[in-house]
Amino acid sequence: MSPAQLMAAAVILPAAGAVLIALADRWPNVRETATLATAAGLFGITLSLLPAVLAGERPGLAVLEMLPGIAIALRAEPLGMLFALVASGLWFVNSVYSIGYMRGNDEPHQTRFYVCFALALTATMGLALAANLLTLFLFYEMLTLVTWPLVTHHGDAEARAGGRVYLGLLLGTSIGLLLPAIVATWAFAGTLDFTPGGILRDAGLPGAAVGALLALYMFGIGKAALMPVHRWLPAAMVAPTPVSALLHAVAVVKAGVFAVLKVIVYVFGVQTLSEVRAADWLPTVAGFTILAASIVALRADNLKRRLAYSTVSQLSYVVLAASLLVPLSIAAAALHIAVHAVGKITLFFAAGAIYTAAGKTEVSQLAGIGRRMPWTMGAFAVGALSLIGIPPAAGFFSKWFMFQGAALAGHWVALAVLSVSTLLTAAYFLPIVHAAFLRAPPPGEPEHGEAPWPMVAALTITAAATLALPFLAAVPLALARAIL
Amino acid sequence: MTLAQLPALVVVVPLVAAPLALLLRRGLAAWAIATAACLFSFAAALLLAGQVAESGAISYALGSWAPPWGIEYRVDALSAFVLVLVSGIAAVVAPFAWRSVAAELPRDQLYLFYTMYCLCVAGLLGMTITGDAFNLFVFMEIASLSSYVLIALGRDRRALLASYQYLVLGTIGATFYVIGVGLLYLMTGTLNIADLAARLPGIAATRPVLAALAFITVGMSLKLALFPLHLWLPNAYAYAPSAVTAFLAATATKVSVYVLLRFYFTVFGVHTVVEVLPMPQILLALSIAAILTASLVAVWQAGLKRLLAYSSVAQIGYITLGIGMASRDGLTGAVVHLFNHGITKGALFLLVGGIALRAGSANFDRLRGLARAMPLTSLGIVIAGLSLIGVPGTAGFVSKWYLVLGAVEAGRWWLAALVVGSSLIAVAYVWRFVEAAYLAEPTAATPGRGEAPFAMLAPAWLLVAACVWFGFDTSFSAESARRAAVLLLGGGAR
Amino acid sequence: MSALGHYNYWVTVLLMVAGLYIVIARSNLVKKLIGLSIFQTSVYLLYIAPGKLVGGTPPILAEGFRLYSNPLPHVLILTAIVVGVATLALGLAIVVRIREAYGSIEEDEILEADR
Repeated sequence: MSPAQLMAAAVILPAAGAVLIALADRWPNVRETATLATAAGLFGITLSLLPAVLAGERPGLAVLEMLPGIAIALRAEPLGMLFALVASGLWFVNSVYSIGYMRGNDEPHQTRFYVCFALALTATMGLALAANLLTLFLFYEMLTLVTWPLVTHHGDAEARAGGRVYLGLLLGTSIGLLLPAIVATWAFAGTLDFTPGGILRDAGLPGAAVGALLALYMFGIGKAALMPVHRWLPAAMVAPTPVSALLHAVAVVKAGVFAVLKVIVYVFGVQTLSEVRAADWLPTVAGFTILAASIVALRADNLKRRLAYSTVSQLSYVVLAASLLVPLSIAAAALHIAVHAVGKITLFFAAGAIYTAAGKTEVSQLAGIGRRMPWTMGAFAVGALSLIGIPPAAGFFSKWFMFQGAALAGHWVALAVLSVSTLLTAAYFLPIVHAAFLRAPPPGEPEHGEAPWPMVAALTITAAATLALPFLAAVPLALARAIL
Repeated sequence: MTLAQLPALVVVVPLVAAPLALLLRRGLAAWAIATAACLFSFAAALLLAGQVAESGAISYALGSWAPPWGIEYRVDALSAFVLVLVSGIAAVVAPFAWRSVAAELPRDQLYLFYTMYCLCVAGLLGMTITGDAFNLFVFMEIASLSSYVLIALGRDRRALLASYQYLVLGTIGATFYVIGVGLLYLMTGTLNIADLAARLPGIAATRPVLAALAFITVGMSLKLALFPLHLWLPNAYAYAPSAVTAFLAATATKVSVYVLLRFYFTVFGVHTVVEVLPMPQILLALSIAAILTASLVAVWQAGLKRLLAYSSVAQIGYITLGIGMASRDGLTGAVVHLFNHGITKGALFLLVGGIALRAGSANFDRLRGLARAMPLTSLGIVIAGLSLIGVPGTAGFVSKWYLVLGAVEAGRWWLAALVVGSSLIAVAYVWRFVEAAYLAEPTAATPGRGEAPFAMLAPAWLLVAACVWFGFDTSFSAESARRAAVLLLGGGAR
Repeated sequence: MSALGHYNYWVTVLLMVAGLYIVIARSNLVKKLIGLSIFQTSVYLLYIAPGKLVGGTPPILAEGFRLYSNPLPHVLILTAIVVGVATLALGLAIVVRIREAYGSIEEDEILEADR
């Protein structure tokens, strides 16, 4: 198959899978097989696109002209390929986990869950392979709408309230800020195509206008959870854990920071931004988000809430690194997308396993749980190490490049923020690991073992990936380096 | 030979179908004639639009009396576009109407309904195609009188008062229009629109002409329900039979917008409207008021029909906002939203008609858990609702794009912020339905499992599919709108 | 021409405003329709009066008839009168139905009944 056909297949396959899943509603095993087969197929297709992109090709596919002069089009380039690989690979693992979770907790509406999941992956692949801002916006909105049923899965008042914050903030920022930014870009630049070096270079905009436009983009891309538009992320924790894993690792937040990177590198252009000094405020906002979110995470007792704020913080690592505007930090930002995805999904898998096996949701309840669930907590420990940035876990490498990049850019404040936040991350993760393994469980607790085996299998795979990523780092690194 | 007579046939066929339906006295036969007439008009409108796109405007002299003395039918880029919309909606609603109206009207009145329906379609099509200002009034009254009757046929007794109020306000509006045309006739001695356009430039700044502009503006604003002259609309839409609401919501106000566009840009010309009188500023102010207040009021409504009626007032505000921008992209946005809103609201009211049939009414207390009972209807409302919000991939997005583009190009950032901000209010009232239908538990008032009949669901989903189609393939809608905008701004050189 | 010379326009304006006032100020539905008719009548005057030329005659093709008054407004107003009659008839029919449904034709009583 030609690269163009592969790209089309990558976007269409999950949607077709969604139809199959919907049809298999009455036969759960067939339905689950459909999900797994679609996910495996998607990962295979994405992998087959990889050689072409690594070789320097940028295959494109124009689908149709939606507005005069602007088409819905796909183009495979390094950053997009990185995101696509992460999303498609983790979908398979997440599906395995979901089967265990949904059956283990006897959740209702399972078909709707798997269908929306598959559709979310269509949107994610479309986003990853988008060739211009309009295509990106189209799939970005589709992702928001398709994940709403997932967030409100339980259908109770709490889910409804969480869904409202989720939808309200994401649609509010995308329609209210991102859309005007895109229209303005079209009006100023005459094109919306992602171009290396940016499309606003020759638009002759004054520095303040560029800065304002950048602000519209950064806050308009609400999925990147820059404060103060981050509230949707903790609100979305009402969802079942596989959904949280999807949100935090596979698709939604990754779509956000991916879009941020695309905008900075391919719409504005690193040169333009550093010449006009329009992005000077961005490291400050990102830095503030990192620290503030870490502090909230420290004080959160609910495990998923702590993980949510940890994600807010980690996402701003990506934004911070991107805003330093040196090639090394941009590569580090891209790498961190992959690293954080693998690490965070492990943590969420562990949280879900703890809930399914022991019914526990608070950090304070986790004393001694490591003895009863060694695989789960072991994986948790690995994920935590990665996010803190301790070798040999993958997180060390992206953090290392970020430190180097900040030093290269001479941005001492960024260095300070990175250092302090590493300490804070350790402060909110290590005690959990410590309590799990080294403290005795409270007396009179019912015995329980590990979670159902699909869940344990999934989290073992992702933990192993976290450890193995540095050795397989050639590919993501090559992709990250090829961005600029 | 018939092709040359097409401009006349578009109007004459529904017009003749009306007395035929009356004479036949049987509901089913009357319905069949009405549907056939609407389908014919739709086919004719498509042919005309194709011809205009290829070879430019068509001029047809009625009765072979040459203009400007005789009445002329004129099909150009703008009127062809509106013809397609009106006849298309008429052709889609007619098959829907059979089951819907049969449930709401007594059997012996059905043939009267279809008589009025044909008259209304003929009137609206005539308003669009005619090139004579007074002839436009005649067709306007044909359409209006028949719509007063159609609304009064609603089951609820409040439909009578709603129809009466619409009658009074609509007649005042039409009379204002006639006053305006009278003043123009006094000053130029002609009623032909093209001839008026040729004769006005010299005397454009005189007081009678400016007064005529003002009268026509107010008259048409009453008809298109521009804030604050919209008070008749919520009641009329809420209490009329479902098929009537769907038809009128998608067409009547749109044709009045067309008349306004025709007079503003073709007759008076951009210069008079923009520079001599502050029409853009007035239109902008009223449009903003319409969008904000009507959207907010819509959020708190207890019934889905009323909610959608207020939403219509807000969406008409978007159209007049585009007119107020008086730029190429603004006008393109206005004209394309005319079309997009027509199909979106048509789809929504047709689906709500299905709910009204199954549940007895469309109040929110009957909509809880509707997704389980009527999954296709609920899904259709969600998709059309997304078009109201302006999510990419739906027709509504295309309109919003052009409106925001027009605002950005004019440097009016606050206006762009307003357009997108008000879309968020639309999220609030669309999501009220989504939460009620999908997240709430069914109550005793919710209908049992069972969709609306196929004859009602199919036309509705045809329009829903159109919402999505025209969100991706804008070659017809946006292109036609752009051509119309260029034509209008170019002085309407005919 | 002095202001009084335009007396036909003054009458037009008077009828227009009187008609509109009746529509707005009276709550009896039939009276509103009467006001509407008065309002529409003013428009007839607006068209016809200016059509009369001083010394003009009806358009007769014969010797001695040179200056014609404009016959077109008459045609237009005939149409408008028909429209007005139809509107009035329809309005009154609706009022009859309202009377049957509500037992009253006062607007405030009807609105009260629906509250």
